[in-house]
Amino acid sequence: MKNTYKIEVDCANCANLMENTARKVNGVASAVVNFMAQKMTVEFEDGADPKTVIRDVLKACKKVEPDCEIEF
Amino acid sequence: MTGKQKKMLRSIALSALLFILANAARRMLPAGYVREVISTVLYMASYLVVGYSVLRKAWKGILNRRPFDECFLMTVATLGAIALAVYEKSGDYNEAVAVMLFYQIGEFFQSYAVGKSRRNITELMDIRPDYANIEADGTLKRVDPDEVEIGTVIVVQPGEKVPLDGVITEGSSTLDTAALTGESVPRDCKAGDEVLSGCINLTGVLKIQTTKEFGESTVSKILELVENAGSRKSRSEEFISRFARIYTPAVVISALALAVLPPLVRILFLGLPGGWHVWIYRALTFLVISCPCALVISIPLSFFAGIGGASHEGILIKGSIYLEALSQVKTVVFDKTGTLTKGVFEVSDIHHSPMEDSELLELAALAEAASSHPISKSLQRAHGREPDRSRVSEIEEIGGHGVTALVDGKRVAVGNDKLMRRLDIPFLNCHSSGTIVHVARDGAYEGHIVISDLEKPGAREAVTQLRRAGIEKIVMLTGDGNAVAADVTKKLGLDGYHAELLPGDKVRIVEQMMAEEGSRGGKLAFVGDGINDAPVLARADVGIAMGALGSDAAIEAADIVLMDDDPAKIAKGVRLSRKCIRIVYENIVFALAVKFGCLILGALGITNMWAAIFADVGVMVLAVLNAIRALRVRD
Repeated sequence: MKNTYKIEVDCANCANLMENTARKVNGVASAVVNFMAQKMTVEFEDGADPKTVIRDVLKACKKVEPDCEIEF
Repeated sequence: MTGKQKKMLRSIALSALLFILANAARRMLPAGYVREVISTVLYMASYLVVGYSVLRKAWKGILNRRPFDECFLMTVATLGAIALAVYEKSGDYNEAVAVMLFYQIGEFFQSYAVGKSRRNITELMDIRPDYANIEADGTLKRVDPDEVEIGTVIVVQPGEKVPLDGVITEGSSTLDTAALTGESVPRDCKAGDEVLSGCINLTGVLKIQTTKEFGESTVSKILELVENAGSRKSRSEEFISRFARIYTPAVVISALALAVLPPLVRILFLGLPGGWHVWIYRALTFLVISCPCALVISIPLSFFAGIGGASHEGILIKGSIYLEALSQVKTVVFDKTGTLTKGVFEVSDIHHSPMEDSELLELAALAEAASSHPISKSLQRAHGREPDRSRVSEIEEIGGHGVTALVDGKRVAVGNDKLMRRLDIPFLNCHSSGTIVHVARDGAYEGHIVISDLEKPGAREAVTQLRRAGIEKIVMLTGDGNAVAADVTKKLGLDGYHAELLPGDKVRIVEQMMAEEGSRGGKLAFVGDGINDAPVLARADVGIAMGALGSDAAIEAADIVLMDDDPAKIAKGVRLSRKCIRIVYENIVFALAVKFGCLILGALGITNMWAAIFADVGVMVLAVLNAIRALRVRD
């Protein structure tokens, strides 16, 4: 299961931080942030519910980058 | 400008005003307690207005145990400068406030410049249709292309984008396919023609019966490909994100060492006064210079611009890693059919005929009138007219040999060497490559027709350009015979060929050549039309699919997709990728050199905080402007 989300993040370094953070969230198999396209592609682990997982991803990302936003 | 940027600009303006007022108060008011209070309040107001968001972020960073970001650096540097001013009782907070102010101006400019170039690039690639027109009860209704089912008739008016793939049922027009193929000459189309979504209808109203859903349409496929391009990151990008991870902590630790060690050495070993404030100031300058943003931002931006510029030319690159690989390509391997040659057989020559060429062609076409063999088809095409079947009788096809028939009452034989031998007709051998069709009438030899796969118009030019772009070796692979391959190789000026290959052999040969190339440090690109070479496309360092518009398998397997089938685009892609990589290296070297230069000057106390902040912002701006150059490549 793979989904792409529109994100809002100001600097490329912060985008890297978001990517690294998202990868560590439970239920996320892999995550890639494309700063230029302002998109995050998340591959979920089997059996994970994308809706709750992406909420956790946003929560974790807010911690490292308070200004970021993920639309879902 | 986004809302965030407007807010930022307002706080910068307000802060600058307070800053000027504070300076005015210091100069104009008489010295004394009142002046100190007024100017200090104004300075602090100015500092907080512009620096509040930075302070807040730094605080949050500490709370979340992620202290080493740029906000933290700026906070420590400016608060440190304020503390020094208080310690020295100078009442001069200019430096702290100005550094914060300039830092935010730099941030604003960065956000604006990056946002703007991001939009420019995305606009280049914007081929997404917003709506489709459906005719209902005599009026046009706009609907979301996503909701249109297969087989629906949609109406496309002049100036609109074709939203879905389909077949024209009514109307004729010219189409601008530039967004898809980079080809600037508009294409004519009429009823019965297939049209691809993403083209722009220029002149007439078209009614199109859709053949695909939106998600399966060409435009969706391309968008998906381009938007996902960023996910496969190049080595340079990986390097930068790893670099940024260790760089900031390293600088903070160095700054700490710079603040503490020299004074301690002076006190303990040299017997001198510590001069703490000097070294703390230098350490703070260090922190200001340390932000890695110029690097972190300009590298992905360069790649994004490179991929954007390429897709504008009809060259779709699936990720910056392939852009990087393409720039290192030294060997290009072509699959012959569909890339260098048209893959359509045509009459290319007629030899040794005592009669007129057209007459011989007519004779052959008449004799072959009933055959559906590709050779027969190319004879019919060259003849140009529907053969008059009433002139032909007693047609006999001899499998693997040819055809004999009575044409205008005379016994005509059309076929290969074997047929001539079988009928005991002496014939002349041909030195041309290609398929030879001998013609005889009433037992007398009348000459032969050469049918061959024609080279593409741009093929020779493409080879020249590749050489000029610095490609060292150009090789052709083909399933055809040796003679044909040798001929094409010679005509186009290639370095060699491998002929009579089965699809599996191609993979083996490409792997072999890749190993050779790899030992020299170069990369190999394989160019195919994606029809039966998908495994090779997938296996090569860089798989380039040509003329792949509408061929899903090729788009899937290839790393780089040329939207039209002009082989000259490959050289252009190589040049574009080299330019992009050059810009990336320029930015890395430039940003690092300036940063380290400033760090050393800062440590020696030659530069101050003002110069440091200008170096930081200036490098970032120049790097971003440089990155944008990757968007274009000269012809």
